[in-house]
Amino acid sequence: MGFFQDAFIYLLAAVIAVTVSHRLGLGSVLGYLFAGIAIGPVLGVVAGADTETVKHFAEFGVVIMLFLIGLELEPQMIWRMRWQLLGLGGLQVTLTTVTLTAAAMAAGFAWQTALVIGMTLALSSTAIVLQTLNEKGWMRSRGGQSSFSVLLFQDIAVIPMLALLPLLAVGDPAVMGAGDPEHHANMLDGFPGWFQTLVIVATIAFIILTGRFLVRPAFRLIAASQMRELFTAAALLIVVSTALLMDLVGVSAALGAFLAGVVLSTSEYRHAIESDIEPFKGLLLGLFFISVGAGIDFGLLFSEFFLIIGIALGIILVKALVLLALAGIFRLPWQDTWMFGLGLAQAGEFAFVLFGFAGSSGAIAGSLVEILILSVAVTMLLTPLMFILYERYVLPRTVSTTNREADEIPEPGTVVIAGVGRVGQIIARLLMAENYKIVVLDHDPNLVERMRQTGVHSYYGDATRPDLLEAAGLGDAEVLVAALDDQDQQTALVRHVAEHFPKCRIVARAFDRHHLYELEKAGAHAIEREAFEGALMLGRRTLRELGLHPFRAEQKVRAFRRHDMQTVDVLREYWAGGVGKKYITAVRERLDELMQVMRSDRLAGKNLPDREWTPPRGEDAER
Amino acid sequence: MARVLVLFAHPRTDRSVANTALMAAARAIDGVTFADLYAEYPDFDIDIDREQQRLQETDILVFQHPVYWYSSPALLKEWQDLVFEHGFAYGSEGTALAGKSLLQVATCGTAREAYRKRGKYENELRTMFSPFEQTAKFCGMHYLAPFGVFSAEDAAEEKRLDGIVSDYSRLLTALRDGTLDLERAAAVPLLNDVLDEVITAEPAAV
Repeated sequence: MGFFQDAFIYLLAAVIAVTVSHRLGLGSVLGYLFAGIAIGPVLGVVAGADTETVKHFAEFGVVIMLFLIGLELEPQMIWRMRWQLLGLGGLQVTLTTVTLTAAAMAAGFAWQTALVIGMTLALSSTAIVLQTLNEKGWMRSRGGQSSFSVLLFQDIAVIPMLALLPLLAVGDPAVMGAGDPEHHANMLDGFPGWFQTLVIVATIAFIILTGRFLVRPAFRLIAASQMRELFTAAALLIVVSTALLMDLVGVSAALGAFLAGVVLSTSEYRHAIESDIEPFKGLLLGLFFISVGAGIDFGLLFSEFFLIIGIALGIILVKALVLLALAGIFRLPWQDTWMFGLGLAQAGEFAFVLFGFAGSSGAIAGSLVEILILSVAVTMLLTPLMFILYERYVLPRTVSTTNREADEIPEPGTVVIAGVGRVGQIIARLLMAENYKIVVLDHDPNLVERMRQTGVHSYYGDATRPDLLEAAGLGDAEVLVAALDDQDQQTALVRHVAEHFPKCRIVARAFDRHHLYELEKAGAHAIEREAFEGALMLGRRTLRELGLHPFRAEQKVRAFRRHDMQTVDVLREYWAGGVGKKYITAVRERLDELMQVMRSDRLAGKNLPDREWTPPRGEDAER
Repeated sequence: MARVLVLFAHPRTDRSVANTALMAAARAIDGVTFADLYAEYPDFDIDIDREQQRLQETDILVFQHPVYWYSSPALLKEWQDLVFEHGFAYGSEGTALAGKSLLQVATCGTAREAYRKRGKYENELRTMFSPFEQTAKFCGMHYLAPFGVFSAEDAAEEKRLDGIVSDYSRLLTALRDGTLDLERAAAVPLLNDVLDEVITAEPAAV
């Protein structure tokens, strides 16, 4: 099959199935899985062997996902989560492994085989769970955070598991290492354990140091070139190279990518990288889910239907019970307990890798591997249903208790400042001095660097890009300060934010009166002409230099300002996206009026700068 | 020599012949510091630290202002609100103003007769200014009787202005030289009436 034909089939299936599943409120994961089932076992338009290749390719999506997760996790945050990670994650993996191993031993397997099965099935699906949690916006709840801790711990636990597998081989050791796609790249085979450990530690140190000291200056150079695709390529290069490096030394590529993400999470390029790579993650993960669906061997499934379904349900039951018990121990609120318990009950994509590896290393017999992999796929297939169960039966009942969540002190709103040139910088300093949380975006790497040195959360990127705004957290921002130095970009930015983030207040810098009208139309809530106040202050200074009393100069300026603001109101109706004849006439009239208004006349008393306290005249006093 | 600080508050000096003349007179006296508040703070953004520093270097404080609605123009009120701070002007630690004197020199649009018990305003000028007097006392200052410039707008036309200006000069000079009987100046309702009596030839013994 040609490349275009393949791409056509996969994309068509994805577009149709995901749209339908989204419409039905089932989430994207189930949609992708069904798309896979449709084109694989049902229609047979893609062959099983193809899907294996596709799956390996698509596993890169999981790697990118871990990279992105790392990017969002600053090291301090991980440190703050350390007890949840070790406690919740450690206990989940240990308890589930012990229970499932015991179950497998009870079913008559040797303890080695049972242990391999137990620990492999203890892992949950990072891809499905995180994708779903993000999609539903549950990531920030306690249940979401707990789920994430467990998944992160599991990802780390994969490393020792991979190391343990060969030691647990009970079958023919000659098969070991042969024909295993996951294993061929490991160049450390045959070296002593201490040496392997040393190399791994050195590699991790290398990734951290490179990320800290080499990647940032490199990105600054690339950013300065203002070529977006180059930036995207560089971001992908980071993910691929860390994955490759970790793979070479026999550590999970996903974990390596995660590490690289964490290292870059404090850099100013974080949001730009994030928004550039995000679409790749989405597509590749989708592809991954499709390949899981397409890889289901219906022949085997139907012949061993009850066994496979039984194993799958058993896995879910055991895992859910352990998770629910842990949620109880860690005192999660009721609804979070169920999110945690139902959400993580499936077996994960690592099972495909680990079982494959276990099969080739002789830890588990080949026929069993196929049944287990099918069971894992079924648990994954059932996961979206678990989330639907949670949404339909747990969430509605918690509506009455949501008042308790409202007790949480809402985080003070952040302000996103787009553009930190001459204007944005001053606003940033003012807000910082007032202790507001600000996020700064600018496309000039030097400006960003300078702001960073003063301790402002500053990120490189083109603020007119919707995805970057999203990544910078505009969804949660209370106010956007649009302070770009390009008129048209500024208007486009305001229009986009007004349309897509209706809750966000927009304060905008206008260039002149015309631009002010444009920004009003675009949906800005508060607009100031950037040069207006500065020019007035200079005018005030000029009047003073001419010998006017400072307070008189101030009064003149106030009168002028007031008249000019009225002019803005008056001229608005004559301005129709441009300057017409009527507009020019109106401008002239206003100018004449200004002359009259500003001219001081003691007797008139009604002129703008002169309306103030006047001593009573003789006739007033007599009355 | 006492240090005298004149705080002048008038938003429209260009309109006031009397105040312009008084201002020039005050500025001409050595040892008297003259400050045009509306010129220094046209946007009402008063530098509290600077003002307090200035007060600490002052023995006798003079408010020179026109009468606006039986009181001073707004900036002088703002000035008091901000500068007479707790811990500076009052409170257990606020003794910076204790022992200093406060004099008000006010230009009035109306005639002297209006400011009498049986006059149009039913009150002496000093009674009208009781908020200033109480503020001064609260901060431990001696409040002297106010010096009024009545029917100020007509003063020049009626040839009274030169006399008023020279009285003002004498008053400020006497305050500077310590040749003003502060006790008596504090006891009367209006300083104008007793000016010749309270200014002595020799500095009063302290």
